[in-house]
Parts: sequence; C-alpha cells; structure tokens
Amino acid sequence: MPVSYDLMKPTTLTREEGAEDRWTLNFGPQHPATHTTLRLVLELDGERVVDVTPDIGFLHSGFEKLGEHLDYNQYVVVVERMNYVSPINNDLSWHAAVEKLFGIEVTPRCKAIRTILGELGRIQDHLLNIGCSGLDLGGFTAFLYGFNEREQIYDLIEQISGSRFHPSYTRVGGLAQDVPPGWTDRVLDFVRNRLPPALRDVETLLLRNRIFIERTKGIGVISRDDAINWSLTGPVARASGVRRDLRKDEPYWCFADNWDGRGAPAVPFKVPIATGGDVYARFLVRLEEIRQSCAIIEQVVRMLPDGPINAAPDAQVTLPNKKEIYFSIEGLIHHFEKIMSNRGFRPPVGEAYGATETANGEQGFYVASDGGRTPYRARCRPPSFMNYQVFPQLLRGHQISDVPAVLNSLNIIAAELDR
Amino acid sequence: MATRDAVAALQERFPELDLAPRPLVTYADGRASDQLWVRVPAERLVEVCRFLRDDPRTRFEQLCDLTCLDYLNFPGATDRFGVIYSLLSLTHNHRLWLKVFVNDPDPAVPSVTGIWRGAEWPEREVYDMFGIRFTGHPDLRRILMPQNFTAYPLRKDYPLTGRGEREDFAVVTRDSA
Amino acid sequence: MDLRRRIEIGSGHPGGEVALTRLDYVVDAVKKHGLNWVRRNSLWPMPFATACCGIELMATGASRYDIARFGAEAMRFSPRQCDLLLCAGRVVMKMMPVLQKIYLQMTEPKWVISMGACASTGGVFDTYAVVQGIDQFLPVDVYVPGCPPRPETLLEGIMLIQQIVTEHGVKGARARGRGLGLVAQPPRQPVELGAGFALAAGGAGSGNGGRHGHA
Repeated sequence: MPVSYDLMKPTTLTREEGAEDRWTLNFGPQHPATHTTLRLVLELDGERVVDVTPDIGFLHSGFEKLGEHLDYNQYVVVVERMNYVSPINNDLSWHAAVEKLFGIEVTPRCKAIRTILGELGRIQDHLLNIGCSGLDLGGFTAFLYGFNEREQIYDLIEQISGSRFHPSYTRVGGLAQDVPPGWTDRVLDFVRNRLPPALRDVETLLLRNRIFIERTKGIGVISRDDAINWSLTGPVARASGVRRDLRKDEPYWCFADNWDGRGAPAVPFKVPIATGGDVYARFLVRLEEIRQSCAIIEQVVRMLPDGPINAAPDAQVTLPNKKEIYFSIEGLIHHFEKIMSNRGFRPPVGEAYGATETANGEQGFYVASDGGRTPYRARCRPPSFMNYQVFPQLLRGHQISDVPAVLNSLNIIAAELDR
Repeated sequence: MATRDAVAALQERFPELDLAPRPLVTYADGRASDQLWVRVPAERLVEVCRFLRDDPRTRFEQLCDLTCLDYLNFPGATDRFGVIYSLLSLTHNHRLWLKVFVNDPDPAVPSVTGIWRGAEWPEREVYDMFGIRFTGHPDLRRILMPQNFTAYPLRKDYPLTGRGEREDFAVVTRDSA
Repeated sequence: MDLRRRIEIGSGHPGGEVALTRLDYVVDAVKKHGLNWVRRNSLWPMPFATACCGIELMATGASRYDIARFGAEAMRFSPRQCDLLLCAGRVVMKMMPVLQKIYLQMTEPKWVISMGACASTGGVFDTYAVVQGIDQFLPVDVYVPGCPPRPETLLEGIMLIQQIVTEHGVKGARARGRGLGLVAQPPRQPVELGAGFALAAGGAGSGNGGRHGHA
C-alpha cells in the first residue's frame, strides 16, 4: 500500500484509509532510552508514530505527603532526591522557598556560595543530558566524556558536604557548614582547566556531526506560542524562542543588584536563546548554558565575600555553632528550641512560592504553613512534569527512532516528574 | 505595581465579584508578602482566566502551576479544598495566584485546559491526589497512582504509610517458574 | 533449605562435607573453577535503575570506577540475556509487578542485588507508595547499603555476588542426593502475579497498552 514518507521533514501522515500497518508498541518502563521509569504506549503506522501516550507514576514516592511530616530542615534530605542529576539545585530551591515563607534574607557569603553551587548543579545536569543525547542515538563516547567531568563535580560536592551525591547542604537561613579552605581554588581549576577541554571534545564529536544533525534537526519542533501555552520553562522553552530566565527576570542571590548590601552589581552573563525549537536547538542551548555557567562561577568566586554563612540569630531559625552550644546557656537553649520535637520552627501562618532557575527550568515550591514545625503543604512545581505534557505533540508524524532523541532533549527526570 | 494594576483591571471587568487581593503571607513583623492572591468562585473561573490571559493589562500567558491544598486542619479555614492557580505574565513579568474553594461531597471545578494547554496534567494530578473533578477536561483519569487505586493520597485523612496497598503483591520465590 | 544463605566464604564444600567419590570431587572442581569462574567473571547485569542509585550505577559503569574490570560492563536491557538483576533505586507500587515480571523472565542461573537503601528497606520513603524492601516479594542475594551507595560499595556487592556464584551448584554429596547434579532442574512452582500485577497493567493509554498475560 503506497504511503508517502518524507524523510527530511516530518509531516502529518498522508496515506489511504484502511491501512493495515497500525500497531501498538509498549516502550518501557524498563528500557534503556527511557531514562529510568518512563513508559510510552506508541501507536505506530509502520515506523511512523501516530500517537504517543505517556504513562507516568512508576516512581511516585509520595514526596509531597512526606513533606507534611518532616520539618523544614529535615525535608531537604528528601527534596534533593527529586532531580537526581543535579541534587544540589533541589536543596537550593527548597530553601529559597522556605526563606521566602519565613521572610529571611541570607547573608552575602551564603548567597555567593549558593550561586556557585547552583551553577555547578546546572553544569552537572547539562553534561549528563548532552552525554545522553549522544548515548541515545548510539554514540557512547560522548556519554563517557560528560560523565568524567561530572565525577569532578561530585568530588567538589563531596568536599563540602561529605557525600558525593546528595549533599543536604542548605539549611533554613544558611548552609550546614562553610566551604573548606581551598575549595574555591579547586572550583576555579575545574571551571578553567578541566571542563573546557572536555566540552571541546564533546563538540568535536557531536556539534558538526552529520549523523547527529540529521537525526536532531527538525525533529520535535515546538513553536514559541505553544511553548508558552504548554507551561514550558527552561532550556526547552528557550530553544523555542521564549525569552525567560528567572535569573534575569526575577533575580535572586548574586543575580540581583546590590546582593551584598554594599552595591555589588548583579553577575553579568548571557542567556542563550534559540529559535529552531527542535532537538538540535535544545542541545545547542544547553551547551552554551554550560559555558555561561562557567563564566558566572569565575566571577562569583572572584567576588566571594567573607562573613557569616547563616542568618542572624534573632531570626530564630539557624542552629548556633557548637562552641556556643557547649559553652553558653543561651546557645544551649537556642539549640533545644530548634531541635526538640515539641518546639522547632515557628513560621508565620500563610503560604509562599519560591522558585529558582534550575537546569530543567523553573523549579519552585509552594509552601503552606500553619505555624507548626512542619510544612502544612509542600508542593513542588516540577519542570519535568510540565515539560513532558507536550511530548505527544512533539512526536506525531516522526519515526520511532526519533523517540529517544526527543525524549532525551526534554530532559525528563523521573523522580521530579512523579515525586 | 504591575500586579496591582492587573488586579484593578480584573476588578473593573468583574465588579460583581469580590476580587480583593490579599498577600499570601504576612510576616511576624507586619510586612506583607508581595505575592498576591485573589479568590475566584468556581463557576466564574473560566471567564476570569480567559480575561486574565487575553487582556493587555494583565496578559498572564502562562499557567505556571496548578495545585490544591486540603485545608482540613488549617487554622481559620472555612472551606476544605483550595485549588490554586499560579499565573505568570511574561510580558509584564509578574505573577498572580488564584484560589478556587470547593468542598466535599463531590468537589468539582471547571477545567482551564481550553485556555492553557499546560493545565492538562496538573489537573489530572489534582484529581488523582485529592479527588477533585475538573469538568470539561479531555482525559480525566489518574496519572501517578495505578488506575484502580481507590483512595486520594494527599488528603489529610489519608495516612502517610497508606492502608496496606504497598504490601499487596504476590511473592516470587527462587522456585517460581 | 537454601544453600546460598549458609555459604562460608572461602571454605571448601559448604557444610564441611567431604566429596564421597573422586568423581564428585572432579565434578565440583570443574564447576567451581571452570563453569563458575567463567560465570562470575562475565556477569551480565540487568540494570533495573529507577532513581538516584541508577545514576551511581551509571557512574560505576563509567570510566573512573569501571565495572568492566569485573567483566560486567555488558549491561543488557533484555532480561533474557542477563544473569544479575541490579535493582537500583526505590520500587513503587506501580513498578513492583514490572520488577517481578523481569525477574521471572531472566533465565537461570540468576542472582539479585538490591542496591541502595530504598530497594533494601524503603529508605527515607516510608510512604504509601514505596515498597519497603523488594525482598518481601523477590529473592535477594546481596544488599548494598547506601543512599546512594558509592560506586566502590556497589563493586564490593558485585564481588560478593561473585563469591556466591563461585559456590553455585557446588554441593556436598549429602545435599546433592542422587546423581552428579550436572543437569539443571526446572523450577517447581508457577507463580500467579495476580492483583498487584493488574494494578500496573490496567488501563494505560487508550486501552491498547495493557495486554499482559500472567507469567
């Protein structure tokens, strides 16, 4: 039965009625290209995708319910298991929202360190995604190059928190502890000397690679208006021309003017925007965002102020340091006030929404408090969940071998998707 | 402030509704948060949202988030469920929150998928987690829990560890075929 | 009676029994130093990666912690080709029947590593959706602790599996009973996956996707 296939550009199907090539394929939830537990039910016409139904929930662990039972510092341990390719960003988003609820402003040094960590997390996430964009199309080497650099970032995170993967590093009003001496030099060494050669290697492999371009250009296109209407954020939206980056539009930490209270300007950087809206555009946006993150880190490290990392004690939210706890009665009482189960935090009654620009987009938390030590409701606004809704539309008319390419370009992290 | 202008435009268009903006939280020292919310009755929701999306003074092109809160044990609450719409304007760069309050039995809210396509899955999730029906939704079924799960987990009267559903599986032993 | 649970690592015959005849001794030596040597140095893992442990699993397979040193870099995603099920990450209600079906599809001999706190006990997630330990519903050989376990810890878990593999099928004469035990025995009890399986399979998509039979 003659079917017209246009190999260079996907189109809607042009075929006769009553065609008998229609079949259903179950893709996942256990499949190498689905990045852990995603399931797709594909309706195919030969090799062409007619419809896709994503089936999610295979990693739904009850994060939001757990948030109602853990207090504002304990919950960070759970929250960082959401976007597990850049765990530090989850910590930072959660405590940004909680500090908005409490009405606390953190110290300049804390802001600077949080900025550096946020950018390191972004680099981590993008490196994985770029590596997997090679892996899903069959090129294993790009994945290994990306992963090798991620190991360097794991080392840096391990130096500040003790754990390479889930640092649980932020606390309400500040950080768990200050960075060790020499850490900033190691960060600079990574960003200046180790990362750029690796990025050049990945570029050599993929950027002008004829096969990569043919498999990603024109695939999975989304227009600017659709991107806005479907609530897309992050590199997926920016690759379609949506000019939105929370670091520029709703600045926080070092991205805001006068962030140290003494007139320091906002860290200058560029936000890459593409107009193609296809998989290749998203790849380019992410690659450039890594470079911009390196530039941000270099500038912030140069401007890193000294000073305390925790908000002032009369904000009544941070734990005093051990010397005060052991050697002064006020420190001891203050410590008990925070950790005993019938005491703890006393936030105002109300709700707040705080968001940061993570590697996937706008990750925010809508925190409601009834004045008690645990949140009344800890809702996460997951960028992967919002971005994944558009997936069926992206794939109609494409071939089945485009499925992994498009899926990877959306960077769906299953734990953030399902919570 | 841009958000207050937007709310003023909204109040001008719907004078019969009480759309006074309130801050999401007021801090201990009396400062009010700059995040404002507006209470919208369920039956007028679609009109209000369409106005907010299309009117040039408001232009909330993007629905940032759609969630729900179960106010069962909340101090001073009068209704049980509050469906919360988090709106974002890219042109004016401001946000607004809408709250629609519904109650048991059979809580129902009109769907806004006709206005913002990005509401499709969040509404399914609110249905899955809280049991609130969205009338006019193209495909309202459970999204995160298995299809034949019967309870609504995020309601306050559902226990954290569940009611035994997580142990209801066959045991596969080494001798199994 | 499950011999795997009572292995004394490094000793001779399990249970301290002596081979009754020289033929028994030769058969056991061939198994231990021939067949099982080959098996343990070319374990093909089935990476059942669900969450964060999956990323550490990928890191173990990447260049720094190279799992290829152990011959286990061939992470095939088809359960029919694998012998080691690496359950990495939390398993939720919807996913448990999938895990069980994959375990049943693996061919003998097969071993299971429960990687991470969530797979072993539920981890930090004591909630309505997370199965509190896959060993309630699946036989597990080695538990690897950590949240997530460092790649070195996972490699130690794989080394323990290698020691288990070394003793696989090597039985003292009393345990073996009649015959030399060279022919694999078919499993004895079929399993009915039942209600839990229907939960995951039912109602997906437009109704086309949910056609799963019983194992």
